[in-house]
Amino acid sequence: MGDFVHSVELDKEKCIGCTDCIKRCPTEAIRVRNGKAVISGEKCIDCGLCIKVCRQRAKKATTQNMSIIRRYPYKVALPAPSLYAQFKNLSNVNVILTALKRLGFDDVCEVASGAQMVTEATKKYISENTGARPLVSSACPAVVRLIVMRFPSLIENILPIIAPVEASAAAVREYVMSLGVPRDDIGIFFISPCAAKCSYAINPIGSERSDIDGVISMQDIFMSMRNGINGLTDVEKLAQSGVTGVDWAAAGGESSGLAIENAIAVDGVENVIQVLEEVENGQLQDVDYIEGLACTGGCIGGPLTVTNSFVARNRLRRVQREMRGMSPEERRPLPLSFKHVDFFMRKKIEPAPAPKLDEDMTAAIGKLEKINRIYAELPCIDCGSCGSPTCRAFAEDIVRGQANIEDCIFMLRNRVRYLAEEMLDLSAKLPQTFSQSAPFVAQPAVRQAKR
Amino acid sequence: MRLHYDVSGGEFLRAGEASSSLKKVLKQLGVSSDVIRKIAIAMYEAEINMVIHANGGVVDVDIDSEAVRIKLEDTGPGIPDIALAMTEGYSTASDEVRDLGFGAGMGLPNMKKNADFLNVMSEVGKGTTVEIKVNL
Repeated sequence: MGDFVHSVELDKEKCIGCTDCIKRCPTEAIRVRNGKAVISGEKCIDCGLCIKVCRQRAKKATTQNMSIIRRYPYKVALPAPSLYAQFKNLSNVNVILTALKRLGFDDVCEVASGAQMVTEATKKYISENTGARPLVSSACPAVVRLIVMRFPSLIENILPIIAPVEASAAAVREYVMSLGVPRDDIGIFFISPCAAKCSYAINPIGSERSDIDGVISMQDIFMSMRNGINGLTDVEKLAQSGVTGVDWAAAGGESSGLAIENAIAVDGVENVIQVLEEVENGQLQDVDYIEGLACTGGCIGGPLTVTNSFVARNRLRRVQREMRGMSPEERRPLPLSFKHVDFFMRKKIEPAPAPKLDEDMTAAIGKLEKINRIYAELPCIDCGSCGSPTCRAFAEDIVRGQANIEDCIFMLRNRVRYLAEEMLDLSAKLPQTFSQSAPFVAQPAVRQAKR
Repeated sequence: MRLHYDVSGGEFLRAGEASSSLKKVLKQLGVSSDVIRKIAIAMYEAEINMVIHANGGVVDVDIDSEAVRIKLEDTGPGIPDIALAMTEGYSTASDEVRDLGFGAGMGLPNMKKNADFLNVMSEVGKGTTVEIKVNL
């Protein structure tokens, strides 16, 4: 995956080279070099945590600007269900979807409907396949990327079913083409809470090409949507999904929809890593399903959302309550059909482990021993001033030739003290050159005379 | 290269730290994921056994370009009948331990299944030494 396109980019002007992102990155993918953050493409899983923690707002997701939709004659928005939880005092899905449509789209289709169909496909797969357990959901792209990088032996546990947004995109494209619109005239845009999805619209999981033409950040359209909601008239009937589809927005929603009792729902990258460690140790073979989500609280905690995930969780419940009371007449008259959607991944997921210390095992062992020796010398307080997240990572960076021991201010201080002492020592041994009471000072007159 | 771990007994929450740490080292060395999984399972089971039955112990790991050799030593109660202990489902773990999800009687069988070489030496009242070798 050398050509993997990442979802997070850095605004160099804004980055002040602090330690916020390097310390919080769950895969230690960021270093500060020459005063600016540098993200390692080989280690980044696109979780977007650095976007959230950066005080300077120097990290941003590589989403598209709204103007991209003008490139396509027929424009469709696919809102993630987490969008419904962004608005205060608003729980009517049709109002939200209409406001979104009025931003310039020809149609709006809920990702939540795709989620419901993915749930059905997953249920069927689980009942028919008794292979690797526990199965791990493929819905969170950051978790899938974490597995291919850090837990490649668990690739066989990944559920080989496409993500809801891909299912919805495929269904929409087919529907719009059935209206007589040529394939290339259709632009399908995911309204995303998620940074990682930006990469996956380019490098989809388990298929060659994504049906998504662009990813638009929820944050970017929030204000114009909110303005549109005030005074919105002629609310359209666009709602199709039921509550189980909308449930996917929060952690635990996907597995509760599957109605598998023996399932684990885990959110937050650090927690997901812990659970995957246990799977790798063979400790969780008695579990059927793992729903792992990189963001705290699930997708409602995504880096491109507006509302705090805990507040959003409550709003989502309110939206769902109102959905339950919706009459069939208020729903989309011609629901989108998923009849021809292929829910199975067509491409094998390949491992992409982080680079080895050395291709040769003996040399790699030698390097690791060297890392341990350097680490033993370091202060082990993980201050981050060297630009590496921990002293351990710093020792590895030195051995990999990406850092110098003097980048550590403590080591530098020791070295300066040592040199100063040496100088002092040496000065005591110097023979007397001029009068000891009058130190030598160059006289300008002498220099002038020389000229 | 040599690694040494002290495993403390009775701390179920921290049990498995040594195997996690070894796993990290092996990943850094670029050992293939299938082999890492085998080592992880075998070592984890052995480490848990030490915590459950023997109040902890010490682990020494030796890694070279051909194999990973793990030696786990404890001064616990020892295993009276090793052959019986190797039987799937056989367990002497207390109900308390079982309530924590351990003691299913799969520890030694799982070690045997995943190791290329397994040697269990035990003397009742003195302790147990487990040697695991997994080829790279």
